[in-house]
Amino acid sequence: MRGVVVGDVVCTFCGSLCDDLEVELEGGSIRGVRRACAVGRAKFLAARDTASPSINGQPASPEAALEEAARLLLRAGYPLIYGLSTIPAEAQKEAIALAELLGANIDSTSSHCHGPSTMARQQTGLPTCSLGEAKNRADLVVFWGSNPAESSPRHFVRYSVGARGLLTPQGRKDRTVVVVDVRPTATARLADEFLQIAPGQDYEALTVLRALVKGVAVEGRHPAGVPVERWARLAELMKKCRYGAVFFGMGLTMSRGREANLELLLTLVKELNAYTRFHALPMRGHGNVAGSENVLAWQTGFPFGVNFSAGYPRFNPGEFTAVDLLARGEVDACLVIGADPAAHLPGTCVRHLASIPVIVIDPHPNLTASLARVTIPVAPAGVAAAGTFYRMDNVPLRAKKLVDLGLPSDEEVLRRLRERIARAEDRQRSHY
Amino acid sequence: MLRIANGLIIDPANGPSGRVGDLFIEGGKIVPPPSPDRRCEVLDATGLIVTPGAVEIHSHIAGPKVTSGRILLPEDHYAHPVRRRRDFRSGTGRTVPSIFVTGYRYAGLGYTTVFEASVPPLKARHVHEELADLPLVDKGCYVLMGNNYFVMKAIKTGDRGLLKELVGWLLRAAGGYAVKVVNPGGVENWKWGRGAVTLDTPVPPFEITPRDILLALVEVAEDLGLPHPVHIHANDIGRAGNVTTTLETMRALAGRRAHFAHLQFHSYDVNKKGRFRSGAASVAEFLNEHPEFTADVGQVMFGPAATMTADSPLEYSLYRLTGGKWGSCDLELETGSGVVPMVYRRNALVNAVQWAVGLELLLLVNPWQMFLTTDHPNGAPFHVYPEIIRLLMDPDYRRSELERLPAGVRRLTQLASLDRAYSLEEVVITTRAGPARALGLKGKGHLGVGADADVVLYRKQEDVAAMFSRPVYVFKRGRLVVREGEPVADAEGKTLGVEFRSDYRFPSAFRQEFASYYSISPANYPVEDDYFRLREVVVCS
Ligand code: SF4
Repeated sequence: MRGVVVGDVVCTFCGSLCDDLEVELEGGSIRGVRRACAVGRAKFLAARDTASPSINGQPASPEAALEEAARLLLRAGYPLIYGLSTIPAEAQKEAIALAELLGANIDSTSSHCHGPSTMARQQTGLPTCSLGEAKNRADLVVFWGSNPAESSPRHFVRYSVGARGLLTPQGRKDRTVVVVDVRPTATARLADEFLQIAPGQDYEALTVLRALVKGVAVEGRHPAGVPVERWARLAELMKKCRYGAVFFGMGLTMSRGREANLELLLTLVKELNAYTRFHALPMRGHGNVAGSENVLAWQTGFPFGVNFSAGYPRFNPGEFTAVDLLARGEVDACLVIGADPAAHLPGTCVRHLASIPVIVIDPHPNLTASLARVTIPVAPAGVAAAGTFYRMDNVPLRAKKLVDLGLPSDEEVLRRLRERIARAEDRQRSHY
Repeated sequence: MLRIANGLIIDPANGPSGRVGDLFIEGGKIVPPPSPDRRCEVLDATGLIVTPGAVEIHSHIAGPKVTSGRILLPEDHYAHPVRRRRDFRSGTGRTVPSIFVTGYRYAGLGYTTVFEASVPPLKARHVHEELADLPLVDKGCYVLMGNNYFVMKAIKTGDRGLLKELVGWLLRAAGGYAVKVVNPGGVENWKWGRGAVTLDTPVPPFEITPRDILLALVEVAEDLGLPHPVHIHANDIGRAGNVTTTLETMRALAGRRAHFAHLQFHSYDVNKKGRFRSGAASVAEFLNEHPEFTADVGQVMFGPAATMTADSPLEYSLYRLTGGKWGSCDLELETGSGVVPMVYRRNALVNAVQWAVGLELLLLVNPWQMFLTTDHPNGAPFHVYPEIIRLLMDPDYRRSELERLPAGVRRLTQLASLDRAYSLEEVVITTRAGPARALGLKGKGHLGVGADADVVLYRKQEDVAAMFSRPVYVFKRGRLVVREGEPVADAEGKTLGVEFRSDYRFPSAFRQEFASYYSISPANYPVEDDYFRLREVVVCS
């Protein structure tokens, strides 16, 4: 049998959501992937029906696994639903409905990536643009604490450094590229200007830049470890460009200062608009972490770290965010979907996770699954299940179902779990 | 079959004054009286007022900039929680409420149809995902085209057939109901770092003018047979003296159908000293002479609001004014957008004049042409509608409210001299019959046989604000969904769209540029059918 080629496939494996992939199918499985980066290709080719559901490490039927998951969640006094960053918006909606029903906490991976950016946005706003607008117009591109060369390899050709657009027909030649980082990253190698700042000095650097943009003299020869003349040159580049875009990443959000760094960066970008059009774009890693923020915000009013225990949504980063809930040992059960906290969260969090009932819903056996009471494998979204993903600039795309692995989608599993819990609660209610 | 018996039926689309009588509902529609032996479920409506469900013609309730507004306003959400009840979801917010709360609150006020006024096609999926979550009301949306690269390019070629093809395709691709224009050309101009536009400023990259854009789109919308004409947010919003631009725009389009959005924000004059004053009288006069035009008012009410619009240069200037939070997003080839929180203050003369200008327009223009909106949440959140209705129906109350404002308002507007009181019929026209007619929705805004059984019952009260804020019953397509202002049953509304007899496609002449300048593949642009669970279309001809 000859293979069929499906075009315009959306890759959901990072926030760039490249949507120009070609996938070759043969006999119901994926034979080849064209145009993807190495990360994306590997993910497509890895998609297969592997494990069965499990309870306490033993294979179980899907029904039994759901039943046990429901029981564990119903028994919990203060559960957490965590992840959401790689599942479609349709599944995120279900996760929120489940959290509301349980009176649970729900959080995305934001507490250890772009949570501080969003908190800064709540304070200052965010002047931003779509990636296509950066491609079409930006003649100045700044990467601050972000390294797309490694985190999102096709970002450069599709949207930023080398992308050719309406006012940038010659791509790289039509742009000045600046990198601000604490080490010479792969992205820094492509830059016209690389400013290597001292670790933890972003706040100082941004203060200096704001001053220079406003024409205020700066004391000191090497603010934040970089000669002041170079900051002055960057300030000039920023004021003089036609359309500027600063792509900021975890180098800024997770270093000393966190949301304060971001408030300052966003304020700088707002102020630059007195001279030219200038925009800030968060470089978001996971395929649908932007979606989690959108869906949570439109359904609850808050973008992450939401608690339902009062019967309505409450938001308090530091109180209802996953890292804090786990580190303080407050939650007594955790449903993990669309994340791998055991691999990414601090040790104290992982130790607490290991001590409470954990349910993992994921296409692949990950590190968290190894300490879970219940695991439920699902169809990988964008490969064996369709759904909506929001690109890092909030452009929504529909990911396709390319193959059938005979597995339920994230959305289906969450819905069945919620229905089970709702029925159990109804039964309980009728006892009174 | 349900019989709503003995109510005072206010149905101005089918007759001038109210009558006491029965209404029959079956299969979600209003039906003729059955034969006497037919058994009906009876709802005794003695002493109740029976009206069609209200139709919101211009509101910002769902989509990228609304959600951006939600993220920008955590303080609004902390302060206004809504608890989960069995079958009803929780949420937060007064100024920019979360989506479930938006639906419950609209339905709780007797609204059964709501239109989201501004959708960038590139992010239309987001809008439809959110509208799918909006409970209890029918919904639809308007598609932004006034700064669209391909629309401008097609206009430049002068080939109307090409433009028609493109506009038809865009409406289908975005799942929209009508063509929306926001500051035509002005948003594009701003992205190039240029200043504000007038009706005749040539705009890059094609050097056509806002006038060209408006004329072409109004013509093409007519040619496509769209049920709602082009929905226009004109150039020059918010500026003192902008009434000149507004009147010039109206003159340019005279003789053709057009809808002017939030006209209050476009009706500002200046006096000889250059001071801000009302320009409502001249706008009202023009509208009254041009029945082909409709408008909604965009009333300002005092208190917190959130400005949000595709008019990004306006939002930038509001940010410069307030110095506070500013959200903005440029979208490739299509539009910009912005969000700035705002508080309208009784003791700020400018805000007080804005308040009066809106009321002047509502009182001076035929309610079949001037509809009640707050441009939610720009002028005020929509939950203030009953309060505005009281201002319209009760001139004494209006005068007492006017007394509380800075004295200058009485000099700078003519509100103090307007004695008109809205009748119940007129309230029903400005909130239901008028917008439904302007939208070309044959089954909405009236209670004639064949209409959708969207029916709202009120208990007659002295205090009309109290009366309109708490309908006794709301029926959505024949189903009881609200009692005493609170939702009692969940029901999913339909998405209202349009369908054409021909299959419009993206013009092949532009295909290369689409692939080069958008950041997504052409095939991934149109919103897939998966996003419409319940759909109802008006077939255009
Ligand atoms: S850059 Fe990201 S979205 Fe694009 S192919 Fe690689 S992993 Fe997939």
